[in-house]
Amino acid sequence: MQVLFARHHVRVYRFVLRIVRNEASAEDLISEVFLDVWRQADRFEGRSAVSTWLLAIARFKALSSMRRKPDEELDEEAAGAIEDTSDTPEVSLQKKDKSGLLRKCLEQLSREHREVIDLVYYHEKSIEEVAEIVGIPEATVKTRMFYARKKLSELLKAAGLDRGWP
Amino acid sequence: MNSNDRLSQGDLEDLLPWHAAGTLDANEAAEVERALACDPELARRFALVREELTETILLNESLGAPSARAMETLFRAIDQDRRVVRRAAFTPSLGARIAEFFSPRTLAWSAAAAAVIVVLQAGVITQMALQQRDGGSETPSFETASAPVTRGLSIGSYALVRFAPQASMADVNKFLDDRGAAIVDGPKPGGLYRVRVAEGSLSRPELARLVKELEAANTIVSFAAATE
Repeated sequence: MQVLFARHHVRVYRFVLRIVRNEASAEDLISEVFLDVWRQADRFEGRSAVSTWLLAIARFKALSSMRRKPDEELDEEAAGAIEDTSDTPEVSLQKKDKSGLLRKCLEQLSREHREVIDLVYYHEKSIEEVAEIVGIPEATVKTRMFYARKKLSELLKAAGLDRGWP
Repeated sequence: MNSNDRLSQGDLEDLLPWHAAGTLDANEAAEVERALACDPELARRFALVREELTETILLNESLGAPSARAMETLFRAIDQDRRVVRRAAFTPSLGARIAEFFSPRTLAWSAAAAAVIVVLQAGVITQMALQQRDGGSETPSFETASAPVTRGLSIGSYALVRFAPQASMADVNKFLDDRGAAIVDGPKPGGLYRVRVAEGSLSRPELARLVKELEAANTIVSFAAATE
């Protein structure tokens, strides 16, 4: 268990943190995830990678936690609509930086869009694995990824960076 | 994907994020590579995907790592779980205790003990009657007669046993059943159980041999010693 924890806990923590957006909650949740894994180790059938199994459990726990404490997550639409008043000249300069702007827009995506982008780009999950973790058909994974990227481009365009796609 | 199936332009574009992440199978990756080589617009879009991939990785890496608290909480919970599992494995439930009490073997021994008591009581009464008739004292004869009854109820040979941590409850049950043995008390401090290893009273050498046999099963038993 120590080896499993050492190998996977940081990525699982980051995945959960991107969902719950609260460090203390994310730490509590990863303890629960690995405890569940320890208790249910005999149920792991080896059909998927251990990391896929871990992320699926982590996702379920994070979403259950969000349902128990709905006030902890800002409504996605409302969050997007909140005016960013924290722009110091330094931040404004950063915004001109394409990299910083892209990251800021990634943060503004809805939870579902953030999730699919994180799973594909950061957690290096295949279409089949994303489908397994999120519990949706493979065709929906591709569609969701397309719309996540489309939304990202729209946010960038609104922020003054037209990528010429879609 | 079958190598004879050709992906449409839309399919190829949909696969770009997975191609950038390196998670396509070899056939799909090869086809996307061919398309990128001859389609400058697709190649431009692939460059956008690679930017997204880079920034997503940097964003996630900037989230840091959990504190040691997460690991401490986890391993504390696991230790607690282990203790509960061990206790549950070796503490018979009320149902099991009742079932054991009414098991044919227990009932047979109870009936035998009751029969012994009846016979002894008959003996005591007869002796008391004879002594009364002969004018003797009652007390010594009562004490003498009652002693065998007590011994009759505690007939059996016992061992103190500690089971190996890796032995499952099923392993322990089978091990005991195969030898006609049963846990009669425990767990005691040190995880020891008092186990009835024979229903009759064995001689010391016989009991020592039985205890050695128990210890030899080291995948199930980690310690065994004869006891009263």
